[in-house]
Amino acid sequence: MIKRIVVGAHYGLKDWLVQRVTAVVMALYSVFLIAILLVVKPADFEAWRAVFALGAVKFATFLFALSLFYHAWIGVRDIWMDYVQPVGIRLTLHVLTLLALTGYAGWAAAILWRL
Amino acid sequence: MTTRTVQFKIYRYDPDKDERPYMQDISVELDVKDRKLLDALTKLKAKDEGIAYRRSCREGVCGSDAMNINGKNGLACLIDIDTLKQPIILRPLPGLPVIRDLIVDMTQFFKQYHSIKPYLINNDPPPERERLQSPEEREELNGLYECILCACCSTSCPSFWWNPDKFVGPAGLLAAYRFLADTRDQATNERLDNLEDPYRLFRCHTIMNCVDVCPKGLNPTQAIGKIKDMMLARAV
Repeated sequence: MIKRIVVGAHYGLKDWLVQRVTAVVMALYSVFLIAILLVVKPADFEAWRAVFALGAVKFATFLFALSLFYHAWIGVRDIWMDYVQPVGIRLTLHVLTLLALTGYAGWAAAILWRL
Repeated sequence: MTTRTVQFKIYRYDPDKDERPYMQDISVELDVKDRKLLDALTKLKAKDEGIAYRRSCREGVCGSDAMNINGKNGLACLIDIDTLKQPIILRPLPGLPVIRDLIVDMTQFFKQYHSIKPYLINNDPPPERERLQSPEEREELNGLYECILCACCSTSCPSFWWNPDKFVGPAGLLAAYRFLADTRDQATNERLDNLEDPYRLFRCHTIMNCVDVCPKGLNPTQAIGKIKDMMLARAV
């Protein structure tokens, strides 16, 4: 194959937008969690667990975790795109990153609903 | 300012003679009339005629004498020599192949510029007189058309350093928005299609090095943001 530069993947807007939306979600969650902790002031494990047993906290924390992982996917993918030039290695790294983040998402959900 | 001696450290590389680039220490006597860095370079060239750099208009219009001056890209003809810390370190624009000394190969830069079709596309038959714009429509082109393509911005952009073959770069994207913003242009959709790409446009992570160095005071980051806004408006 003759080596030519090919561009024009016709995506990118969605990822750019998602990165901004997830950043807002994470920022709001940080304020929300700090506010809750300031009000409740959980002193021991049982108190912590009681906070996270609340439906609203579970809901928000789950959204936070998903936002974090989606945000991280775009950020880490951009790093691979910048610094790893061979397509095969880059694809491998993309897949490994996706698999790891998907696993983390499941793990985070399992931890949340165990509380 | 009277007669004074100015110290320089200049990047030298002649691929025909030198195995690798080196920094040359050199000083030059300047008199009262020498105010800009380019004046000093002219005197340096008289002292050591081997020093190679590009220059033309000497007044910030042609964009030929862009170089890295004490770590920051700029035009030698616009920079007041007495504001620079000595020794003044001159290097070629970063990220582009060096042809010799301070002269870089701009092929990649212009390839990206051409890739955005930097000309008006309008398939209507030309009117008897000019294609009119309202003053407000014309206003939007201010801060876009003034670019002189000196490459100070694109070569200060890390995204352009890593992917000069795929990322259009701030200069090219500023030019792209210049035609996207032009109400007389009819190729808006094609232009947006051409840029909707994780490399061509979305390598920009808004670090604003381009704005920091632009010798014409333009704002490519803002133009890039407006391109993204246009894409968003088209998609949602």
